[in-house]
Amino acid sequence: MKILKGKVHKYDKDNIDTDVIIPGPYLKIHDHKELAKHAMEGLDPNFSDKISEGDFLLTGKNFGCGSSREHAPIALHEVGIRAILSPSFARIFYRNAVDGGYLLPIEIDKDIVIKISDQDILEIDLKENKITNLTKNETYSIKPFPELISKIINAGGLLNFRI
Amino acid sequence: MGMNITEKILARASGKSIVSPDDVVIANIDKVMMHDVSGPGVIKVFSEWEKKGIKLEHVWDPDKVWISEDHFVPASDTISANNISLLSNWSKKYNIKKHYKYGLGQYGICHTLSHEEGLILPGEAYVGGDSHTNTSGAIGALAVGLGHTDIAYVLMNGKIWFKVPETLLFKLSGKKPEHIMAKDIILKIIGDIGTDGANYKTMQFTGEVVENLVMEERLTLTNMTTEAGAKNGIIEPDNTTYEYLSSRTTEDYYPILGDRDAEYSEIYTYEIEKLEPTIAKPFSPQNITVARELQGIELDKAYIGSCTGAKLEDLRMAAKILKGKKVRIRTEVLPAAQSIYLKAVNEGLMNIFIEAGAVVGPPTCGACCGAHMGVLAKDEICISTTNRNFPGRMGHIESKTYLASPLVVAASAISGKIVDPRDVK
Repeated sequence: MKILKGKVHKYDKDNIDTDVIIPGPYLKIHDHKELAKHAMEGLDPNFSDKISEGDFLLTGKNFGCGSSREHAPIALHEVGIRAILSPSFARIFYRNAVDGGYLLPIEIDKDIVIKISDQDILEIDLKENKITNLTKNETYSIKPFPELISKIINAGGLLNFRI
Repeated sequence: MGMNITEKILARASGKSIVSPDDVVIANIDKVMMHDVSGPGVIKVFSEWEKKGIKLEHVWDPDKVWISEDHFVPASDTISANNISLLSNWSKKYNIKKHYKYGLGQYGICHTLSHEEGLILPGEAYVGGDSHTNTSGAIGALAVGLGHTDIAYVLMNGKIWFKVPETLLFKLSGKKPEHIMAKDIILKIIGDIGTDGANYKTMQFTGEVVENLVMEERLTLTNMTTEAGAKNGIIEPDNTTYEYLSSRTTEDYYPILGDRDAEYSEIYTYEIEKLEPTIAKPFSPQNITVARELQGIELDKAYIGSCTGAKLEDLRMAAKILKGKKVRIRTEVLPAAQSIYLKAVNEGLMNIFIEAGAVVGPPTCGACCGAHMGVLAKDEICISTTNRNFPGRMGHIESKTYLASPLVVAASAISGKIVDPRDVK
């Protein structure tokens, strides 16, 4: 599993729901690039301008709650987000992110959320299950993924994998 | 150690004699559903597979697949019309017989068709491409919502992975007062445990109140488990279930009940006798209070619709309040399925709604998800029988939605302000 390096965008809010990540009227759109224009529109209208390919989101607990729309991880992937760090994820968002191969939902302790600041540069190492904060020169441990989920992640999603 | 109903269904579906919470299992699926929002995403996954050279001449079992048109129907614009046409061509190509099309007999919101048509049966493992798939758990099935990659995988392979959930058991005891509906009960529970209170977990309902609830009210309980983050909501089947299904299906089914010594990670007891009509304020289903606390809040609109709040029983309760009265704010009534619409017409409910001044529309998810058919303007305030009130859920990001039972919504419609149904003269 390769090491991911990117910049953090911190939205320290619990329960960021899928209606905020990609609002209902866009559910009829299935063009990924078009969806990306509206990513996080309900929370930060300038979101897509701030993100570069490979960046990370850092959020409060229960990220992605609400609807099962796969449009949510698709839109975030398409703007460039490769991992989301949160104390917890809503279950459908979690499995959509993994099974669709869009991005990594990484569960971290609440006190790590406090330690990481907006714009910090992180390295995420899934082999060692640790995060290195290159800006602050700190390391944090992350909960390993269950075996099957690791295999799906390594394959890039269920498109390329048979369970 | 015994297993509860969810564990027993997952054990049966994965061919294991025993499963425990946190086990990862691969379950064989009995039924799968997609609609006009998840379907086009599924079709896109199919085309990705085809690009990789994987041949997709047929799905795993066309008889176990069903499709509904519900979110953007009747087609709200050309994009929606194209999605519906895409779905129709796909179901024809893959020989899917159960495709409920608007304007062609029975159709409606997927989670309503699942029980109205007896599509999901006790003991089954059912997945749907929509978060409120949990609804069908009231029938005694394992009913779980998935995204479109997972649904595509099930369509091809007939199976999918699950982590066996822990189960929270909710015992609803006492006698339910007449002014209380299942909606009040589930809002109260979500208020207590929060929108992530059951994340990755099962919410199972039992007790005297559940035993005495009609099937459609039970379905409101399981429907809203999604709002607490639950993987599934479930109620063990009983005579109410079997009777409900007897007029809807001739298919054989094999009910599963939990063992007597089943384990639950937590047990909650609720005395329903003392419960007050309950409302979730903007902007979260967990943001609850009692209706009387909000008395006098001025409203712009009342919405009676969705898989949560436009079943026949919901319409009956709303009509009971609206009979002979006039609404003071815009009021919309959208039955959840064509069959419910017809029953409501035959019972005279539609006359009551129209005479009260409400507009009656066709079955659709409509404005519940901010799609079309009555979305909210900036600063508009709505009271609604639906399931979510996140920012922008029903329209403009600066609109507000209060979630309540059909009784509270109807009472508020005639008062123009939030009101407890007991206080309507």
